[in-house]
Order: sequence, then C-alpha cells, then structure tokens
Amino acid sequence: MAGTGKAHLRPEGEALLRVEDLVVEFPVGRTGLKVNAVTGISFDVLRGETLGIVGESGCGKSTTGRAIMQLPRPTSGSIVFDGQDLTKLDKEAMRAARTKVQMIFQDPISSLNPRRKVRDIVMEPLSIWKRGTKQEQAAAVDKVLEEVGIDPQRAAESLPHQFSGGQCQRISIARSLVLDPRMIICDEPVSALDVSVQAQVLNLLEDLKKAYGLTLIFIAHDLAVVKNISDRVAVMYLGKFCEIGASDDLYARPAHPYTKVLLDSIPVPDPNATVGKVAVEGEPPSPVSPPSGCRFNPRCPNASDRCRREEPILREIEPGHFVACHHPLFGGEAPVSVRSA
Amino acid sequence: MSDNVETELLLEISDLKTHFRTPRGTVRAVDGVSLTLERGKALGIVGESGSGKTILSRSIMGLLPRSGVIREGSVKFRGQEILGKSTKEMQSVWGREMAMIFQDPMTSLNPVMKVGRQIAEPLMLHLGMNKAEARQTAEKLLRDVRIPEATRRLDQYPHELSGGMRQRVMIAIALACGPTLLFADEPTTALDVTVQAQILELINEQRRDRNMSLILVTHDLGVVAGFTDEIAVMYGGKLVEKAPTKVLFERMKMPYTEALLESIPRLDQPSHSRLAVIPGRPPDLVNPPQGCRFAPRCAYVRDRCLTEEPQLTAAETPGHVYACHYPVGSPEYHERRVELSKVSTVVGGSI
Repeated sequence: MAGTGKAHLRPEGEALLRVEDLVVEFPVGRTGLKVNAVTGISFDVLRGETLGIVGESGCGKSTTGRAIMQLPRPTSGSIVFDGQDLTKLDKEAMRAARTKVQMIFQDPISSLNPRRKVRDIVMEPLSIWKRGTKQEQAAAVDKVLEEVGIDPQRAAESLPHQFSGGQCQRISIARSLVLDPRMIICDEPVSALDVSVQAQVLNLLEDLKKAYGLTLIFIAHDLAVVKNISDRVAVMYLGKFCEIGASDDLYARPAHPYTKVLLDSIPVPDPNATVGKVAVEGEPPSPVSPPSGCRFNPRCPNASDRCRREEPILREIEPGHFVACHHPLFGGEAPVSVRSA
Repeated sequence: MSDNVETELLLEISDLKTHFRTPRGTVRAVDGVSLTLERGKALGIVGESGSGKTILSRSIMGLLPRSGVIREGSVKFRGQEILGKSTKEMQSVWGREMAMIFQDPMTSLNPVMKVGRQIAEPLMLHLGMNKAEARQTAEKLLRDVRIPEATRRLDQYPHELSGGMRQRVMIAIALACGPTLLFADEPTTALDVTVQAQILELINEQRRDRNMSLILVTHDLGVVAGFTDEIAVMYGGKLVEKAPTKVLFERMKMPYTEALLESIPRLDQPSHSRLAVIPGRPPDLVNPPQGCRFAPRCAYVRDRCLTEEPQLTAAETPGHVYACHYPVGSPEYHERRVELSKVSTVVGGSI
C-alpha cells in the first residue's frame, strides 16, 4: 500500500494537475504524536479528465482534496497546477489561483451563507474579483443559475434554507462555476442527497464538465457513484494509494485485495446476490500509528511476512492499471527490491 | 428467510396516521399505513428522506414527542392494542418486546457512562437483575456481538470505541432484554462500507438465532435486498408498494419503485452511463398533492392520477400490493414507455 512510487504519472506537461510526494500531517494536541493523514502520494489529472478518489472515512481522501487548495498547506510535496507550484505561492498569488480551482462540499446547506439571498451568494465571487460591470455580472449569474436548473428570479428572492438539499448543491455548483474555473474538486458532493436527487446532480456534473471544458477531482466513499463519473479511479487506504486505473478496468478486475474487499462489501440491490459475505474483519487502524510495511496488512487475507516488513511500491500490471501490492490478485508477485534482498 | 413452520402474527398496523402540528400547518408524516409482520420475519421499509419511514417506525414503538402529535389508527402487538398506551404502560413493551437500533451510535450512547453500565441498565430496569448478574450478562452480550476483549470494554466510554464497535454496543443494548421485534433505523448509514457488511450480518445472525422479527428502515435498496423477507416502499407518508423481497425486485408494479432502482448508479454499468433521474422532489406533507402523491414526478402520469388517489391493490403474486392506476406492465405504461424512448433526455434534468 504505497503511494510512494510514481510509475503511474504521465509525462510532465500533459497534466493540468500534478501532485508529487504529498504529505499532510496534523499534530495530536501537545502529545508530540501526529496524524499521518496523507503519506507521500503522487497523482496527476489530465485536462478534461475526471479522477475519482475513493476510500473509507479517515483514509485521507478529503485531506488530499483540501491540500490541493492549500487548505491547509501540506506538510511537504509539490502540487503543480497549470505550470505553477501552488505550495510555493504567497497568500495573494494563491488567492488568485483559487479562482481557477474551485471546490464543492458535502453538505450543501451549511456551505451557503444562510443570511444571504441565493443570487447574491452566486454573484459574490464576481464582485470580489470585480469581473465586468454590474450588468455583465448579473447576466453571468443568471446564465449559470439557469444552467444548473435554478430559477434566477426565485434565487433573487430566496434564502438557502428555502431550497432543498439537491437545489442547494446545484447552487454551490453554480457558485463554483461563475468564475469560469479550470478544475473543480468535488468532496462527497452527493452523499447527503437522496438517490433520486443524487442522479440529477451526477448527470448535471457530467453535462457541465462538457459545457465548460472542466477537469474534475471527485472524492467519495460510494464506489458505484465514483465509477459512474470517473475516467480514472484511485483507491486510498490510510493515507496511501493502493490502486489506480481506468474506471472500467479497475472495477472489472481489481488487483489490490483492499479494492476487492471494498467491492465485495457493497450491498447490491439484487436479492439473488450472495448475502452476508463479510469480506474483511476489523476496522481501519488509527492513522496516528499506521502499521509498518503495507498499511493494509493487518486486515489483508493475503498478507505475508514481506507485507509486514516492506512497503509495496505502485507498479503497472496492465496498461494504465497500477497497484501497490506484493501479492496482487493478478499481474504476478512484486519483484523483490534490492533493499529487502 | 426463516424456516419456522408455525407463523405467529406479531404486529398488525391498520390505517396508522401520525401527524405533527407545526406553525406551517399539519405535517402528514404518516398518512394511513397498514402493515402486518409475522414472528421471525424481516421487513424492510424503504423510502427517501421525508417519506415517513422513520416516523412510521417510531410511531409503532410509541417513541414520539408528547405534544403536537396526532396519532390515529391501530397498532396491535401480539393481538393487543398498544396505540393508546401511556409511556408508563409502554415501559413493559420497550426493551422486552420491542427495541430499536438507531442510526448514529455516537449520539445515541450516553457519552459519560461506561459501556457496561449502559448495557446493564435495561437488564436491571426491565428484567430486575442485580448489579452482578447484569454485568455478567452485559459481558456475554458484548461477546455475542463479537466485541473482542469484552471484559475490558465494559469499563470503557463510548468515545474510546470505533464507530463499528459503538454500533455493536447499540445492538447489544437493543438485544439485552430479548425483544421479539427489533427496529433498525438506518443502522449502517454512519458506517464505512466494509464495516457495514459486518454489522448487517451480525443483525441478521442475531435475528435468526433469537427468532426475532426485524423492521429494517433504510434508504438503501441494496441493504434491504439481501437482508429482508419483505419490502415496503414508502412515498409521501403512504405505503405505495409492498411485496416479498424477490418479487419486488423482479416484478415491481409501482413506477416510483422502478424509478428509484433505476436512479442508483450500479457497479455493473460502464462508467459515464447516463443515470435515470426522477425530476423534482418529494411532496410537501403539509399540502400533499391531490390524487397520487407521486403523480407530479411520475413519467407515466395521466389525468386520473392527478385527481383520484390510487388504493392499494393486490397483484398476481400473493402478498404483493401496490397503489397505482397504471402500474408497470399495464397497456398505458407500455404506451408511455414507447413515447418516452423517442424523446431525448433533457440536459441535466429539471427541477
């Protein structure tokens, strides 16, 4: 389970975003201990691509998304967006960079100011950046509201709480789009929504991605949702990447035992599917003291001594499909590295 | 799912209404629901938020606020009417006959009381055990729900346990007095997917071992599919379809059930598949629409649906009922289905 390893990165310059050796640590009070939220992961996202990041709570997927936005600044690593290393920017330059990378959050209602009219909320980024005249701003806001399916007239008169959860998420999306960003980081954007509304928002994101030529990072715990929207999917566990590959390949043939466990754990809406298979015992360990070697080894059905000792490195097992595992489900054993030999 | 030959009618609800008086008007959260449940069976109640599924389960158990609630109809438990019972009278039912597992184990457990005492409390209160007996039983219960190092855990506080462990403690408390009917209200929604599978299996296993009935309330059709004998689908405070689990998935009659299932992204679909959407949102239960409550969002709606409320009707399969004028498979349904396939989908779906 190593994020260390960059075999999966594509040639520099092709990617809109290239993250290398990202480390995010948080201190635990004054104990001197630290939470290893993200430990040395690398990934890239091409222009127009959607990268899905999936994992259980506490695996570091949200921290990764926020680290790109420098919220807060990561402990170490580089984040190159459109040729610019975001970790090296000063406060003012980063503020400007954030107009190009926007974020939408899980809870759509609490991420909107409850005391402002919805239309003003969507207008605010434009007024802060003084983009165009008042009329131009108004026209831009009405256009984007209509595109996300919100009536501009109603938005001008209403507060966020007068809209449903799904509508509030549409409003958040409109607000993120109004500055015409290059990339949107979506952190669990549909997990607070009912399934019927979730489908509306997922379809909307697909349509807007095409219309605006967006690049997306889509962070979620729901594997089926991530598969639906992503071109490429990365599976995270305890601050590391286990597996990364094209969406359809990864789901059809998971190579990492953890990916398999995740897929097997999902209850399928089909009564004929086998029930009651508990794919894995126990729960993820604490990121304060992660296990040595492969971080999944204490729960892994295939764990060997090597897994406890040596951290696996991401390697390619079929074109575009990378896994960090000594004993993957296919693709052969990892070659023994010089260090451990 | 259970093999007991003898069937005992455990729960019989008829025309249960649960309304709340609010400044905006009366919210008709549960509006005339009838259901029966046999001993040992598992019933899933499925619906979106605001469909009334949680209020229905609380209303059956009598766990509602004291004021501002109108509760009408009949709830018979083992042949005895329990709807009008006072809190005091219900105390002999709660715990020993009916128990509930709630969604959020962190807020449902007392944060300043040790786990052992929280499990022992109902044992002393309802079963009259003394402290030592209760502690011993609590330890056994913790083992039943597969908590490792049960003895040590008895003296821990909820915050010292992980989310999955806390939910196991909740289950231990609910099972403590050997209830015959267990309610599980979104028991795994707050948990991770790998832990969810463990908890569902645990509930299922305990139900079988103890010949309990289970009412599993959830929004997740995947969760009910594998763990229930029957499914009741709720929409806008009403029961709109009920059937044995297999029958529901194979021969659903209600367009809402169908739309709900079609809107879930599935692992067996290729990525970027267009999802079917249900336009609009659930009805306001202060002023529910006339006629069928799903009509304003239904793709198969006709004039009759907007004026005349469909009643629950029996389908061909025994035990399958639905409330729809033009159910899946009817000539009108097919006619509209053909029309719809000709129209291309609207971008992004409308509100």
